[in-house]
Amino acid sequence: MKSTASNSPSNASAAARRRFLQGLGTIGAALVAGSAVLPANAQATVKEIKGVTGKHRWGLLIDTTKCATGCDACVRGCNAEHGINSTGNPDTDAQWIRKIELKDNLTGQLSSLPMMCQHCESAPCVDVCPTGASFKRADGVVLVNKHTCIGCRYCMMACPYKARSFIHEPITDQLTRAPRGKGTVESCTLCVHRIDASGSQPAEKSAEKTVQQPACAVSCKEDAHNAITFGDLNDPDSEIVQAIERSQAQQVRADLNLNTGVRYTRL
Amino acid sequence: MNPTHRFQCLKSYQASYWFCVVVCALLIGLGAYCALTMEHAGHIVSGMNNHVVWGLPHVFAVSLIVSASGALNGATLASVFGNPHYKPIARLSVALAMCLLIGGLLVLVLDLGRPDRLIVAMTTYNFRSIFAWNIFLYTGFLIIGVGYLWMMMEKRFHRHVLTAGRIALFWRIVLTSGTGCIFGFLVGRNALDSALLAPMFIALSLVMGTAALSLVLVVLAKWQPAVLTTALIQSLNRVLIWFLLALLYFSVVHHLTNLYVSEHHDIERHLLSGEHAALFWVGHILLGVIAPIVIIVSRKPEFALITRMVVSSACALLGSAALLYVIIIGSQSSPQVLFPGKTVVQSSFGDGGFTSYQPSLWEWGLGIGGVFLALLLCLVVLRVLPLLPESTHGSGLRVNGVQSALEPSDSTDHSAASVAVSGS
Repeated sequence: MKSTASNSPSNASAAARRRFLQGLGTIGAALVAGSAVLPANAQATVKEIKGVTGKHRWGLLIDTTKCATGCDACVRGCNAEHGINSTGNPDTDAQWIRKIELKDNLTGQLSSLPMMCQHCESAPCVDVCPTGASFKRADGVVLVNKHTCIGCRYCMMACPYKARSFIHEPITDQLTRAPRGKGTVESCTLCVHRIDASGSQPAEKSAEKTVQQPACAVSCKEDAHNAITFGDLNDPDSEIVQAIERSQAQQVRADLNLNTGVRYTRL
Repeated sequence: MNPTHRFQCLKSYQASYWFCVVVCALLIGLGAYCALTMEHAGHIVSGMNNHVVWGLPHVFAVSLIVSASGALNGATLASVFGNPHYKPIARLSVALAMCLLIGGLLVLVLDLGRPDRLIVAMTTYNFRSIFAWNIFLYTGFLIIGVGYLWMMMEKRFHRHVLTAGRIALFWRIVLTSGTGCIFGFLVGRNALDSALLAPMFIALSLVMGTAALSLVLVVLAKWQPAVLTTALIQSLNRVLIWFLLALLYFSVVHHLTNLYVSEHHDIERHLLSGEHAALFWVGHILLGVIAPIVIIVSRKPEFALITRMVVSSACALLGSAALLYVIIIGSQSSPQVLFPGKTVVQSSFGDGGFTSYQPSLWEWGLGIGGVFLALLLCLVVLRVLPLLPESTHGSGLRVNGVQSALEPSDSTDHSAASVAVSGS
């Protein structure tokens, strides 16, 4: 059979390739244009919950100069409050709050601090959760909806602070105030049940006086360290904001620009 | 008018076909038992923990998913790029891609902490999550695959095959980029926080998909020799080399850029000279890239063309899986940097230290079960749908000048080979 240059398979293939490259160029241009719009919307969404408003933003200030090396009162207080028991394997145990001892590479100065969910304003865990089970309340508290968490652990991959725990084995005797279950992810709730229990307090009182303190802060205070201050980050007159201003408190991994709700002095 | 290529179902009644079906079924049963055990006892029976939260099942799942995207390349080369050698296997390419994707998704779902809540994942979406987008990309891939096959199989729709092929090509590029972005969007993980992972996953999918398609073709050729021609083997080997070079390029650039940034030095030291160094250098670089290329380009007559394809494809598949293991596990077993400029002296959670991860047998079982589910699905689909080219001994074959690679041949020159096929 006589074959001409115009209808040979190689020419047809080359023409198809040209059409494809043209199409690819168009799609590429559209994607570049789309990516320019994306960052403008790249903020964590806020879930509306009855009675919770953006008037307050709850947060913690950790004074590392007061946090004692070897002390784990905050961890014990948190575990007792939420019914978290150790199985003896810290790698699979739930750790809503943990203690870390640090040494400065330049000065050799030692410091001690508790690490927990930082309740970020732009929370990566909220952004990546496929079902929206990880969510942020209007008052800044980042939580996990135990009814819609499918246990994909993407939030754990995304959290820069390793602050989330996956429940690896069946657990029993959970507390009503802290629903937990095998196969789901959990983390510090900032003792949200205490915050919500204080919701009926008179509005004229200042926020931190009316709202119950989280268990970690209470335990730290009971151990006479007083290294954890809880309060309203939106209130410029609150004790926590005043202390943050005085101490020039910092965020952990401030370079990520997550605007954390937990701040540290002398980090 | 172009002659139309004829297709038929897998006609083999050989014992080897049923042997493959039984082996697949047994391994799927094993996988189901492993999944049930993990679901019942919890992930405590796996090697995963709160440091390494995505383990071996994810390596299997991602391997299958990217292989699915790449396996569709056979149909793309036929429909979109008009390569005649791929037209007889275009339908098989689409069917295999869909089966691999289903296998991968099943592993992914069964590795969830709450697989019983799949309906939640299918009905409740956070559109800011690339994971949620991927759910649409995966289901969309299956829908497009069905449509693509329909266009190919229904004579009156043959004119739409090119459009369907283009849509499928665009979709799988987005899908593989999306899979890469699942890892690339993790700002807190120094090993993963890179946009390069998206194109790297595309290259990875092309390598794994081509290798998987090649191996499946070799198995099918035992029963239906017409699926594999010498010209097709030569073409598959040729494109595999280019895909391997593309993968090597992205892999090298990824690590070089990380080595340039001082904050990534620790993780690079861990990946390139630590616990996972053997997997990276021997698995990915040597076995997964260099060996297949050398095997394919070697002209030694003692190695038959088909042997070279089998060995190079197997090496490429294993090497790419090794790379995925290094990417997924290596990035988690190294410490996350929480306090730049400080050293963690003590932590109740092992901050600052490396985590050792040993996958359990349950994880192996689940992953292997997913692979064989994909293969069994493919065997069944090929049995009930006319997706394979008719045998050369049949009446309607239109393969001119190209012999089946498994049949005796006196000639080795196939440069003039051409296949006139429409509707693929």
